[in-house]
Amino acid sequence: MARINSVKELEKVRKGIISKRDPNKPCVAICGGIGCLGGRDNLIHAFEREIKDQNLEGQVDVRVTGCHGFCAQGPNIVIYPEEICYVKVQPEDASEIVKQTLIGKKVVERLVYADPNTGEKAVYQSEIPYYRKQMRNLLGTNPKIDPKSIDDYLAINGYSSLAKALFKMTPEQVLEEIKKANLRGRGGGGFPAGLKWETARNAPAEIKYVICNGHEGEPGAYMDRAIFQGNPHLIIEGLIIGGYAIGAKQGFIYTRHDMPRLRENIDIALKAAYNYGFLGTNILGSGFDFDIEVHLDVGIFVSGEASALMRSIEGKAPEPRPKYTRTAVKGIWERPSNLNNVETWANVPQIIGKGADWYLGIGTEGSKGTKMISLSGNIVNSGVVEVPFGTSLKEIVYDIGGGIPNGKKLKAIHFGAAMGGSLPAELIDTPLDFDVMSKLGAAIGAGGLFVMDEDTNMVNMNKFFLDFLANESCGKCAPCREGIRQMLRILTRMSKGEGREGDIEALEELCEVGSLASLCALGKTTSSPIYSALRYFKKEYEASIKEKGCNA
Amino acid sequence: MDNKRIDEIISKYDGKPNSVIMVLMDIQHENHWLPREVLEKVSEKLGVSLSEILHIATFYKTFSLKPQGQHEIHVCTGTSCHQRGSAKILEKVQDLIGINPGETTSDFRFSLEKGSCLGCCTLGPEMVVDGIHHSNITPDDVEDILKNYR
Repeated sequence: MARINSVKELEKVRKGIISKRDPNKPCVAICGGIGCLGGRDNLIHAFEREIKDQNLEGQVDVRVTGCHGFCAQGPNIVIYPEEICYVKVQPEDASEIVKQTLIGKKVVERLVYADPNTGEKAVYQSEIPYYRKQMRNLLGTNPKIDPKSIDDYLAINGYSSLAKALFKMTPEQVLEEIKKANLRGRGGGGFPAGLKWETARNAPAEIKYVICNGHEGEPGAYMDRAIFQGNPHLIIEGLIIGGYAIGAKQGFIYTRHDMPRLRENIDIALKAAYNYGFLGTNILGSGFDFDIEVHLDVGIFVSGEASALMRSIEGKAPEPRPKYTRTAVKGIWERPSNLNNVETWANVPQIIGKGADWYLGIGTEGSKGTKMISLSGNIVNSGVVEVPFGTSLKEIVYDIGGGIPNGKKLKAIHFGAAMGGSLPAELIDTPLDFDVMSKLGAAIGAGGLFVMDEDTNMVNMNKFFLDFLANESCGKCAPCREGIRQMLRILTRMSKGEGREGDIEALEELCEVGSLASLCALGKTTSSPIYSALRYFKKEYEASIKEKGCNA
Repeated sequence: MDNKRIDEIISKYDGKPNSVIMVLMDIQHENHWLPREVLEKVSEKLGVSLSEILHIATFYKTFSLKPQGQHEIHVCTGTSCHQRGSAKILEKVQDLIGINPGETTSDFRFSLEKGSCLGCCTLGPEMVVDGIHHSNITPDDVEDILKNYR
């Protein structure tokens, strides 16, 4: 494919791609997410073999896509053009699906989703309760495109927002649009992305950087890799637009080393974007140059922290530094470096494409747009969910998540893993909202929603979180390194029923010092789970001291 | 690992000093551990001091300064797997192969790691052997799974 040198050429290429496509051509879209395939290729091979054996080569496409979302029912496949959803598909089922559905145009009833309570069957995504209450602005395209194909992305209007930004908007206008849309960072803090962009833009320096943080080290969070692996061009497009607005010519992608398919899809997407001229010099003939380089996390939680991540990109050990000066002013090699999370970048093309006014129509007053959530723990339907802000936790846990398995009762809803907080079941009507949740002590974090049933003991859970952080603390600053260790000692004692008078007070003091004096968010928010447990589940803490044993 | 291969990896990244993490990762992926003489070679080629390289190699958990077993077992002990009983899975694996996390069996058949979340919370509890996920397992399943890697 030759380089595209203008918007006119882009639209011509797009038209060409669409005109060559037959929307009625049958296609088996297999979810290639790690939850569905588990690192194996046998389901893909089974379909390829069957299509060959049943003489359908060239007449049916097999598309390995990104995550469809309903991981609990995986492996998931969708048959196009009818959009029939099959769940829990095994390689042995390929023959029947090809024969019955692709050739015979009949639905294989036994592979259709059935509601576990009512037994009601649902053939299409729109009928499956898990999907029905979602608003899948970002994830919805995952089953429809092959992440390895830039043509698939162009066919769904991909890179049109980039063209709009480069030719119809000044960098200032792009920035204003993001600010107006009130896009808030999805990585944890919920900080307005537009303000961060503005800081980086206004920082006096020749060379600036934009970074996509795809580290996603928070346990129980797996939505970023779902969108990144399934639709890498969306994030790349967002990052280029961000570079244009901020005045950066170099972008970095920082992502996981342990997901081969994710890495492969990003590498292929970047190569294709260079070939087509969406990256490199003089993008689409606009005069704007932009490059992207991929860096990998090599297995440590703290390297997802902004300043640590930037050290890692410099080729050093990822130790955070004090933030007297923001990384947006002095980051990589002391240059202005604007870092946003994968999901934040994924929101950029739609805001530019459809406008801030459209975006402002979704969500609550302070939290706009949709949020991707990964459901894990004691929940029937674990998987990746996308809902508009304002959706109640009840809808997420029960209507979408299908409730608690094994007839157990809900005890707590936890956000933000080891650095987050838990809400008791009584607060289930709380709406998903950055500010509301923060006030309640359970900040949304990156969006990992972890459900605990009635058998969970909060002291043990907090001990588990601290154990994780004690291992992941980089050791640079004492409040984090030593504080976590002391907290862990106390909680270990309490979890064995050997709590002493004064333990809770000592924990509170350690929490306070840690949150005030640590260098980075890892140490600062270690206290969050303990604070929230003391706020809502203090009786359990007291019981582990008074009763010499912590039975919830 | 021979010098030629190390040279190839280094030249893949243009020999830039800030590529040290990428270089070490490629070596780790291929060789499964980072021998001292390889690190010395990388230090010399990239012009990065050995102490700095050791700082990096000991900081990131993926890097191993000891030889690894033929099969790498990873038991997920992330929050969701923990909630679904991963401690018992890990215990069973330890019983069967007789080593603790971070260790390698004396016959170099298995290395064991317990790891934080791999993002497959739906599959938990799970163990990963050489990149293949064995999902929703009970301690009783562990022996059968490991038999395939004997």
